[in-house]
Amino acid sequence: MTVALVAEPLFELRWVLDHLGDVGQRLTEHIVLTGLAVGIGLAISFPLAVLAHRHRRLYAPVTWVTGLLYTIPSLALFALLVPITHISTTTAEIGLVSYTLLILIRNIVAGLDGVPADVKEAAQGMGYTDRQILWRVELPLAMPAIVAGIRIATVTTIGLVTVTALIGKGGLGYFILLGLRRFFSTAIILGAGLSVVLAVIADALLLGLQWLLAPWRRAARRRAVA
Amino acid sequence: MANPMISLRNVTKRFQADGQAAVRGLSLDIDEGETVVLVGPSGCGKTTTMKMINRLIEPTSGEILVDGKNVLQQDPVLLRRGIGYVIQTFGLLPHRTVADNIATVPKLVGWEERRIDERVAELAAILHLDEQLLSRYPAELSGGQRQRVGVARALAVDPPVMLMDEPFGAVDPIVRARLQDQFMELQRRLQKTIVFVTHDIDEAIKMADRIAILNIGAVVEQYASPEVILRDPASDFVEEFIGEERGLKRLALIKVSAIEIEEGPVVEPGIPVEQAKQIIERYGFGWTSVVEDGRLLGWVDDQALEGHRSVAEAEIRRFSAAVTAESSLREALDSIVSSRTNVAVVIEGDNDYVGILTVGRISKEIVTK
Repeated sequence: MTVALVAEPLFELRWVLDHLGDVGQRLTEHIVLTGLAVGIGLAISFPLAVLAHRHRRLYAPVTWVTGLLYTIPSLALFALLVPITHISTTTAEIGLVSYTLLILIRNIVAGLDGVPADVKEAAQGMGYTDRQILWRVELPLAMPAIVAGIRIATVTTIGLVTVTALIGKGGLGYFILLGLRRFFSTAIILGAGLSVVLAVIADALLLGLQWLLAPWRRAARRRAVA
Repeated sequence: MANPMISLRNVTKRFQADGQAAVRGLSLDIDEGETVVLVGPSGCGKTTTMKMINRLIEPTSGEILVDGKNVLQQDPVLLRRGIGYVIQTFGLLPHRTVADNIATVPKLVGWEERRIDERVAELAAILHLDEQLLSRYPAELSGGQRQRVGVARALAVDPPVMLMDEPFGAVDPIVRARLQDQFMELQRRLQKTIVFVTHDIDEAIKMADRIAILNIGAVVEQYASPEVILRDPASDFVEEFIGEERGLKRLALIKVSAIEIEEGPVVEPGIPVEQAKQIIERYGFGWTSVVEDGRLLGWVDDQALEGHRSVAEAEIRRFSAAVTAESSLREALDSIVSSRTNVAVVIEGDNDYVGILTVGRISKEIVTK
């Protein structure tokens, strides 16, 4: 086997071209798994973070539980889940979503905490209801911090998705696993490389979103320069 | 006398059930169109008192009436939309443009877009906010501009009552003085009922129709016009709080027009020197004003007249400063001590001579009233 490894070039473009259909399918799967994980993670984190922000004493238990989830090694978590939820997207997502929660909740709470007290007081004094203060004042102002959290969660998840190859999912992780099993470096480089490229692109897109959602921050910077 | 616009009746606020009362049985009436300044040392309960009027803080007991209606029986959110609110740090929404900030309350109460646009433009004009500022974000504005946006926002739905919590506290002294003047000018036109909180007694003296000087627990030490408080402080606490230079501070409140102006020595330029010297001697100042057809030309003294036949031939010196009926006695006093003639010359219109003020005249004003 070592002989075969030496004889083969490190990266065979021909093999990649022959498997373009496969690449497309795994890439799509990777994006879907990531999108689902971050989307569901956000749907769970958002109400928890708003609650923890409103009722401060909930913050410690919420971050303790999500922090605990975050520390479980991903391999072990998937291994534990398979007997319960079997080899399925559900199994993959339970794991992936768990890892986004701590990051998202912490960032949303930090964003809400960062809203200046005088702005909230003025809003209340002008006759905003509590709900209007949350949706029209606190959330828009927390948005840059929230998107920053989504960026970290997304990039982390893109890396983690490859691990789910072990339970038959994995997106681009499929190629990495394939390469490892057959000592085939082309597949490893392909899977790892595309995963990194995907993470970089996602990060850049979200950075753009962050920029679009906070025009007032650009205005502040313009003044600082002027 | 009409009913007061705002009436606090035996209002108490305790932040902890068993703790000291921040506000202890306060009763205070504020008339319509009046600017009342609550002033006192920090922790005296002045801000707490103000925030109970729009229920940002709920009173523990007592009654608060605004325009005859008990605020505690109203929806706090609707109540607040009907009361202008300005805070020290302005509290502008950083993610909204200036125009949107000003439009905050009109939008909350559901005005039509066109009416909102018109009102925003109107307020921008009233508060000297350049039209091109309207599309900017608060972070792009200077402190003075932000303050004016804060005031414009509070005035947006033309509320009869305004609450202002140290509204000029966050800008530098030069800008502050200008903003205070502009705001007083505005208030003369709008005649809002204003509750204004500050720890700065000089600001209180300048802005207030009446000042409530509060001690710890929002205990009213004195509630009167600035003039009365300076002339006749009700307690040692008040006297200490208003501080040094009480006399000068009072002079700043009295206008030249409020006291009798002295005639002073006056000559026409055409008269002979001998006659002018007689007039100088009669008044005993050692000089005389020179006035032609009612217009003030300047002054001459004995020395300048020496060797001339008529006053017109002598060197006529200009007064270094003059005051008008609208000037304060403090400005008049400043003019007196900085001029060589030792009087303040009073003019009106385009340099028309009215008379003079002397130190003796001004101090009589302070001592007797």
